[in-house]
Amino acid sequence: MTTGQVTLVAVLAIPAVGAVAVAGLTRRADRAARIVATVVAAIAFLVSLSLYGTGDRGWFRYQAATAGPGILPWHELDLTWVPGLDLRFHLGVDGISYPLVVLTTLLTLLCCAYSIRHVPAGGPGGYLVALLLVIEVGIVGTFLALDLVLFFVFFEVVLLPMFVVIAGWGGDDRGRAARKFVLYTLFGSVLLLVGVVTVVSAAGTADIVALTGGGNLSRTTQLAAFVLLAVAFAVKSPLWPLHTWLPDAHTQAPTVGSVILAGVLLKMGTYGIIRVAVGVAPEGARWAAPVLGVLAVAAVVVGSLVCLRQTDLKRLIAYSSVGHMGFVLLGVATLTATGIEAALIGNVAHGVITGLLFFLAGAIKDRLHTGSLTELGGLRERMPALSGLFAFAAVASLGLPGLAGFWGEAFAVVAALQRGGPLWTTLAVVAAVGGALTAAYFLRLLRRLTHGPASPVVAAAPASRFGAGELVAWSPLIVLALAVGLVPALVIGFAGAPVEALTGVLDR
Amino acid sequence: MTQTIDHVALLPAYLAAGTAVLVLLADLLVGRRGPTLAVAMIGAAGTAVGAVLVGRGADRETFCTFDGCSWLATSRGALVATVFAVLTLGVLLLSGPLLRAGAVPAGEYCFLLACSMTGGVVLGAAGDLITLIVALETLTIPLYILVGLRRRTVASAEAAMTFFLVSVVATAVTLLGAALLYAVRGTLHLATLAAAPALDAGAEARLGRVAVVLLLAGLAFKVAAVPLHAWAPATYDGAPLPVAAYLSTASKLGGVVAVIAVVVDGLGPWLAVSGPALAVLAVLTMTVGNLVALRQTRMVRLLAWSSVAQAGYILAPLGAAAAIAGRDADALSVAVAATVAYAVFFVVLELAAFASVVALRPPDADGGEIAAYRGAGRRHPVVAAAFVLALVGLAGLPPGLAGLFAKVVVVRSLLDGGAGWLAVVVALNAVVGLAYYLRVCGTLYAAGEAAGTARRVPWTVGLALAGATAVAVVVGFAPQTVLDAVQL
Repeated sequence: MTTGQVTLVAVLAIPAVGAVAVAGLTRRADRAARIVATVVAAIAFLVSLSLYGTGDRGWFRYQAATAGPGILPWHELDLTWVPGLDLRFHLGVDGISYPLVVLTTLLTLLCCAYSIRHVPAGGPGGYLVALLLVIEVGIVGTFLALDLVLFFVFFEVVLLPMFVVIAGWGGDDRGRAARKFVLYTLFGSVLLLVGVVTVVSAAGTADIVALTGGGNLSRTTQLAAFVLLAVAFAVKSPLWPLHTWLPDAHTQAPTVGSVILAGVLLKMGTYGIIRVAVGVAPEGARWAAPVLGVLAVAAVVVGSLVCLRQTDLKRLIAYSSVGHMGFVLLGVATLTATGIEAALIGNVAHGVITGLLFFLAGAIKDRLHTGSLTELGGLRERMPALSGLFAFAAVASLGLPGLAGFWGEAFAVVAALQRGGPLWTTLAVVAAVGGALTAAYFLRLLRRLTHGPASPVVAAAPASRFGAGELVAWSPLIVLALAVGLVPALVIGFAGAPVEALTGVLDR
Repeated sequence: MTQTIDHVALLPAYLAAGTAVLVLLADLLVGRRGPTLAVAMIGAAGTAVGAVLVGRGADRETFCTFDGCSWLATSRGALVATVFAVLTLGVLLLSGPLLRAGAVPAGEYCFLLACSMTGGVVLGAAGDLITLIVALETLTIPLYILVGLRRRTVASAEAAMTFFLVSVVATAVTLLGAALLYAVRGTLHLATLAAAPALDAGAEARLGRVAVVLLLAGLAFKVAAVPLHAWAPATYDGAPLPVAAYLSTASKLGGVVAVIAVVVDGLGPWLAVSGPALAVLAVLTMTVGNLVALRQTRMVRLLAWSSVAQAGYILAPLGAAAAIAGRDADALSVAVAATVAYAVFFVVLELAAFASVVALRPPDADGGEIAAYRGAGRRHPVVAAAFVLALVGLAGLPPGLAGLFAKVVVVRSLLDGGAGWLAVVVALNAVVGLAYYLRVCGTLYAAGEAAGTARRVPWTVGLALAGATAVAVVVGFAPQTVLDAVQL
């Protein structure tokens, strides 16, 4: 095995083994278990960073073979697992998956570090971080899988641990929210199963590399597969109108659960649409693109309008995710290189910014014991630093140029304009209006939350400083929100060649 | 006419029947609980080994006449015999505390289980309808007594009576079907029936169709397929827990094997009738089973309804392949393999689930209310974890990988057979199923009174639970072992 292959296995094995060790340790030494989990997550993060291959090589290989496959992994590992089901243990990483893998390991690390000091009520924190590590295995595995059935298996791994995180450590109404989350998203995954097996059964292989570009699937199969896969991923992303599980799950989940959920779990849906749905059934994607585009823009507008009326802080951020994911899906729906690159950077930016927003919302809730906007107000009087950070994150989220949120949304609109024609132009205009609405509700949020006279709850709260755990968890996200905004090449630099390869086979 | 008899082919049946006789003798001569149980366990283990050995050799057949053989020792038959013997062994292990508590007479109990195992072993090798029905009855009749064996319990007696009446009617219906078939065809050998030319019209064809429907209806009782399922929850709930485990694993497997033998091996020419009937049966069974399971408050009833639903998943590939793409032999054998594979995954998980229930309950108790399991996760963390693994596996999700791959096998065979709609129905049912499995898991870890102290789990039960869980984990990571065994 080459170093790259060992790294691919290690990035999955380290958190998996770590989760078992941490769970075993929790009974005897809860705090030590959380520290061990943080160390494990840190090692996994460093290992995932080292997955970076030479982007140049991928570029030259692409240049050399314009008619080559739609995916050119930097590292690849392909082992037999269950031949009877066409299931191979086939992993690989390229410029599309690399930023998401690193984002996942980074957010898991930050959540583990945050949990050393902050354990939500519900149970021993050691079990919580062990579950976070299991979730990390599932999400990273989903991003790395180059076998459709393996992709499905990893996709399912995430489901129950996330359910337990919400049901075990969540808010007052956690049971209902957790059940809604798990049943709703399982509904998506079973459709994914049917879609995946439809493709595998028709093509006789589950190799995503071979299947990208549609392989030799018939048009009918591709249409059926795309509909099944798109609905499955739309539930996960979530795309309006299949988003209704999201606000409840977010409102009830503990802070670290919300961060993982918004930061990377939703990305499994958008990544799946790009890599699996569009990649494997391009014919279906071309056929369904207008519908997808309309739904995406509807999500932007509906998400923003709902946010304008929200009175709960976490619920508002959750609904803002619906709008942001709408922009991402609009980018994908254009099926152009610009659009897909916009989707990728939008994905990462949303993971960073919304992760930060949920951390900050959790901090506000921890200090003031309420998330209701009617009770909050004038936060900057008592907690100027916290409200300053919140304002920064909100402004980043609304897409101010120079911060991370800008690129994905702006270029999704640009891609739709480039597609041209009355439909896409209209969609671009409506999406841009939706972007303005995003600014409106975030500014309304800031006015309600931070400005004005201090509300009784805020006035009564003791002045508080940031804890060390909070600073450690937040500062990388703050830096990234700025860095990705100033140098989008941090994300897009990797993605150029693979996206060209993908759109290359799409146009064929 | 004299026949030469291939005694090697009959070895598993000899071992199983010998076990029953030895248990009877041990009970008569020694008269103590321990040796009787030990003899039964050794016999069951020996039967499993014998079946594996015979299965590794070439296919054998014996009791042959001019138009076919009544005993076919194929690798599928060997697999069925092995699974039956192992399940019996597991149920015997689970029965340890029940026998020690003196709730049931040990000698009779072990003898009857061994008899039932003999029926199962013969069933897998049956080559004609008479052998098949006799084997099925040998499997079932001891269960009437086993279900009613709990002393001084009205529920147990009621359960036995329900089971007996329903089962006798089902057998009569099956026999009538077989008789009509004989009237049309003049033979009962499955191979000869399959090879006979199709009847397109006329009175004989109509009679044949009636025969097929009657046969299927009778066997559907044994599998507890909707609408012929109503006996199962009452019977399971009244029976001693290990017997309920046997009913929902071995007895159900027996029904599935019989359905495969009749529909695929024997009634190939009638697939146009039996296929759609099976597909409808499968959809009804999984949907009704899952929906009713949602409302159950008693543990064993919930497991009973869930196993009704699982029977639907088991039958689905058969129905689809028979109905749509099943006219060629290859597609059919794939469907059969998928059915057997799912059934194997299912019995492993189901046995683990029942073993957990036995471990969490007092020795002579029934399954009790689900609410009684509150806080079990804190009193018995290991048992509860195994229980959760089994339930999640039944729901078809990681970490219960065995169940996940079982679902993939079924969906795969349905889509290969061109029955996409049935695959979607199976998939949606999995969502409904998760709702009630999760409810049980949640109860295990629910906060609240952690009433009752932790009892020691008897070692026999612990061994059965550990064995079933270990097998579930191994076939979860290496499902190819099962797929190879069923030749998928």
